Amino acid sequence: MTLGVDDEKGKLNGIEGTKLKQFLYNSSVMIKRKTIRILLPLYMGVICLTGCQNLMANNPGHAANSGTRVYMEDKGSDTMVNLALYWAERYQELNPEVSISVTGGGTGTGIAALISKSASIANASRKIEAEEVALANLNGIEPHELVVARDAIAVIINRQNPINQLTLQQLSDIYSGKIENWSQIGGENRPIVKLSRETNSGTHVYFLESVIRLGNPNDKTIFSADTLLLPSSEGIITEVRDNPNAIGYDGLGYVTEDVKTLAISEDSGKPFFLPNVETVKQNLYPIARDLYMYTNGEPTGELLNYLDWILSFEGQQIVQELGFVPVNK
Amino acid sequence: MAAKSQKITGALITKGIQFSGFSSILFVLLIMFFLFYQGIPALFDVPLGDLFSQRWYPIESLYGIVPLILGSLIVTLGASLIAVPFGVITAIYIAEIAPRWLAEIMKPLVELLAGLPSVVLGFLGILIVSPFLRDVLNLPTGLTAFTGSLLLGGIAIPTIVSISEDALKNVPVSYRQGSYALGVTQWQTIWSVTVPAARRGILTAIMLGLGRTIGETMTVMMVTGNAPVMPASFMALFMPIRTMTATIASEMGEVAGGSPHYHVLFFIGLILFLFTLAVNIVVSRISTQQLKRSERILS
Repeated sequence: MTLGVDDEKGKLNGIEGTKLKQFLYNSSVMIKRKTIRILLPLYMGVICLTGCQNLMANNPGHAANSGTRVYMEDKGSDTMVNLALYWAERYQELNPEVSISVTGGGTGTGIAALISKSASIANASRKIEAEEVALANLNGIEPHELVVARDAIAVIINRQNPINQLTLQQLSDIYSGKIENWSQIGGENRPIVKLSRETNSGTHVYFLESVIRLGNPNDKTIFSADTLLLPSSEGIITEVRDNPNAIGYDGLGYVTEDVKTLAISEDSGKPFFLPNVETVKQNLYPIARDLYMYTNGEPTGELLNYLDWILSFEGQQIVQELGFVPVNK
Repeated sequence: MAAKSQKITGALITKGIQFSGFSSILFVLLIMFFLFYQGIPALFDVPLGDLFSQRWYPIESLYGIVPLILGSLIVTLGASLIAVPFGVITAIYIAEIAPRWLAEIMKPLVELLAGLPSVVLGFLGILIVSPFLRDVLNLPTGLTAFTGSLLLGGIAIPTIVSISEDALKNVPVSYRQGSYALGVTQWQTIWSVTVPAARRGILTAIMLGLGRTIGETMTVMMVTGNAPVMPASFMALFMPIRTMTATIASEMGEVAGGSPHYHVLFFIGLILFLFTLAVNIVVSRISTQQLKRSERILS
């Protein structure tokens, strides 16, 4: 690029222009029609193939009948993405004719993909909303719900922070902005930096409804505006690990040894519980929820086999290995 | 026969090149049409007062885009405070002061910085810049507008250096020779002859560099904290903010097509588009002005 006080630019362009014409004329001689005749069908073929793949992704049942490879698109909750990946990998080892592609993006993203027919399974860390069901029905989709695992949401802080336990009410006051300094709840004199997942995360919505609003549907309290909305679970873990002011929440499966997990009680005067498989199974830990997979209508064919396998002993073994809580069937 | 087929291929190729030339105009028009088509309904879905209110929380249908616009502006302003002096001075050094061999090494190296994927910059930001700033400036968190500005400065600098350096190089040698002949030192020549002579090119460089920063997404999404806070004062530079680009990137995937939220996100895209359009108009104004002026000098 030439900018500034230049005066020879016009001439230069003129010279380049004639050279270009000559070059193009020469190359036009070289291009024979034959090449076009060969390339065009090839190109069309590629387009057709990619199109067919998409079709198969949407109709796993049909593909199974025709005896070819079965493609499934599994999309949604970031909380579940590791779990879904492990399931998909193990299942593909057992059934080489099946290929399952797993992507995250958040529960909302997954459900949107199910509605737009670009995914055959939507992973969800919250229940599907009435509006989403309505929208799905409008597009000819009947969302079918299956609880595939349970998850506890761990509240985490930096290891240097002396706080060990909080009540749900305190958590609600922190995230709605009523408590702004750790000293107000018996900690050091430090500002509280609140971390949350983005609003497209099922975990965000669950935390809003069950913790900030304490499960009260008429409560309209929301996250205070200065809550940091981070795009990934890892982002939250990194910031909590490094920053002694920070508080965050994340699925139990993501929590590492680098951060401190808080014990939570439902109300002051009630006992505090740390999140783990036992406390979640006995419904003692107050911030636990179901994890879902949604399909279009009652699953059939290969899709049904896959979902059955997920609920089998082997599938649920993986749930436990990854720090989630198995569902009792 | 062969001559005829050659003629046809030639004509076809000419048409093809013509189409490619016009297609970019067509695409811009189509994109503009699409942005307006999807974005303008936001004005009917959401009352104007709500759209320009101060709280962004789409789950509860709170669509105040003011904090997002100000967030983008603050990050861009911060980036310009860093990138403009740094970029222009680097360009001056490369064009006027550095020995030829050093300049030939430096320029490609600076331009290499432009090829660094923004997600890599964001990664460096999270792991190194943000903890460093929190400790050194004693901030509650290192995920702030300033962190974003620093990294975006890094994105804008190569553009500014590269184009400013070209502009400085294009100042005729006679200008400098004339200046030296009058007994003026090298520094005085740079500040009062060369830089003023190339100022339009440098201004273009600055605008293009800043145009890049306002549209940058990945880095700001990773390091600015994405909290839609209303910036209250200049100190907001050291607080978390949320930019327009990060909002679109993180929420577009989730949103149901045709909903008010969807339209508002397109409306934000429209505002971004108008921002970059304004930058480009200013740039073309500057460069056409410069042509007329050089024509005047030559005549």
